[in-house]
Amino acid sequence: MSAHAATTNVKNVWSGGIEPYKASYGKLMMWFFLLSDAFSFSGLLITYGALRFSNTYWPDPDQVFASFPGFGHMHLPLMFVSLMTFILIMSSVTMVLAVEAGSRMDRAAVEKWMLWTILGGIAFLSCQAWEWTHLIHDNTTIFGNLWGPLAVDGSRTPGPVNFGQLFFFITGFHGTHVLSGVVINIIIYMNVVTGTYDRRGHYEMVEKVGLYWHFVDLVWVFVFTFFYLI
Amino acid sequence: MQNELHTTAPGEIAKPNTKWIWKVFWILLIVTICEVTLAYVWPSSMPLMLLNVIFITLTILKAFYIVSEFMHLGHEVKGLIWTILLPLVFLIWLVVALIAEGEWWGYCRQFFF
Repeated sequence: MSAHAATTNVKNVWSGGIEPYKASYGKLMMWFFLLSDAFSFSGLLITYGALRFSNTYWPDPDQVFASFPGFGHMHLPLMFVSLMTFILIMSSVTMVLAVEAGSRMDRAAVEKWMLWTILGGIAFLSCQAWEWTHLIHDNTTIFGNLWGPLAVDGSRTPGPVNFGQLFFFITGFHGTHVLSGVVINIIIYMNVVTGTYDRRGHYEMVEKVGLYWHFVDLVWVFVFTFFYLI
Repeated sequence: MQNELHTTAPGEIAKPNTKWIWKVFWILLIVTICEVTLAYVWPSSMPLMLLNVIFITLTILKAFYIVSEFMHLGHEVKGLIWTILLPLVFLIWLVVALIAEGEWWGYCRQFFF
């Protein structure tokens, strides 16, 4: 009897007209896209793990990522990438602030926080451009690098080719996500400025791009751990 | 907590409720600072494996706060939470399989090539 009541209830919930997950179609589809994108990044990062395990020698990140623009040859391991991490976390915070302002229909505040988020994204991409340039000038490419074990006379020897290949592919794939996130944020920002969402009566689009932007931050948290810390 | 009802007159903009956002920001920042500090001060006499386990645990902690609070998943309907989280279980096997495979590739590199 009660089982029968439960089935009809479930049928009513899923037979259309209402939102069983209390989320709109667009928001659900963004979540499913992000889930599939999470699998792409997991595939790449776990492949990185497998290839790293298959190499008997792997460069020490504290040696490879130890430069900071303007500080010449000073040995400052992890400092620059920590700054990049801070920039991305900060831009995630300004994105939530934009979503929060949108839920209150506060257009001026949404504009302000979206603009800070876009600036944060551009700052992150600029940092990554500097880091890539620096590494390539230092002979770390997808064709080889000089991060092998030091020779007896202290000179540098070739390190595993996989290192540069995985680093540039995975940070590049993430950087492409950041770039498209910046472009999407700019489009949404223009819609906010022209009052599209005030006319629509809600700022859910800001929430949806917010989900994408936080996902990009989430992926960076993992890239930071597996490439720079471990 | 962020879904408190605001009592406002029509046309008036409600007061911002941003305390929880900054709380999560400080958690993420402090955890990141802890990670970088550990990378600096970890003594070479201690096993590196332990450090890596700490790093991965802290990373999952940060991921939890981003997904649960910033992406708001923690405040969604239970069905939606499970729809997103359950498929990720497949990754556990992918990690086990590919790490074991990687070790075999390494063995081959050392002894057969």
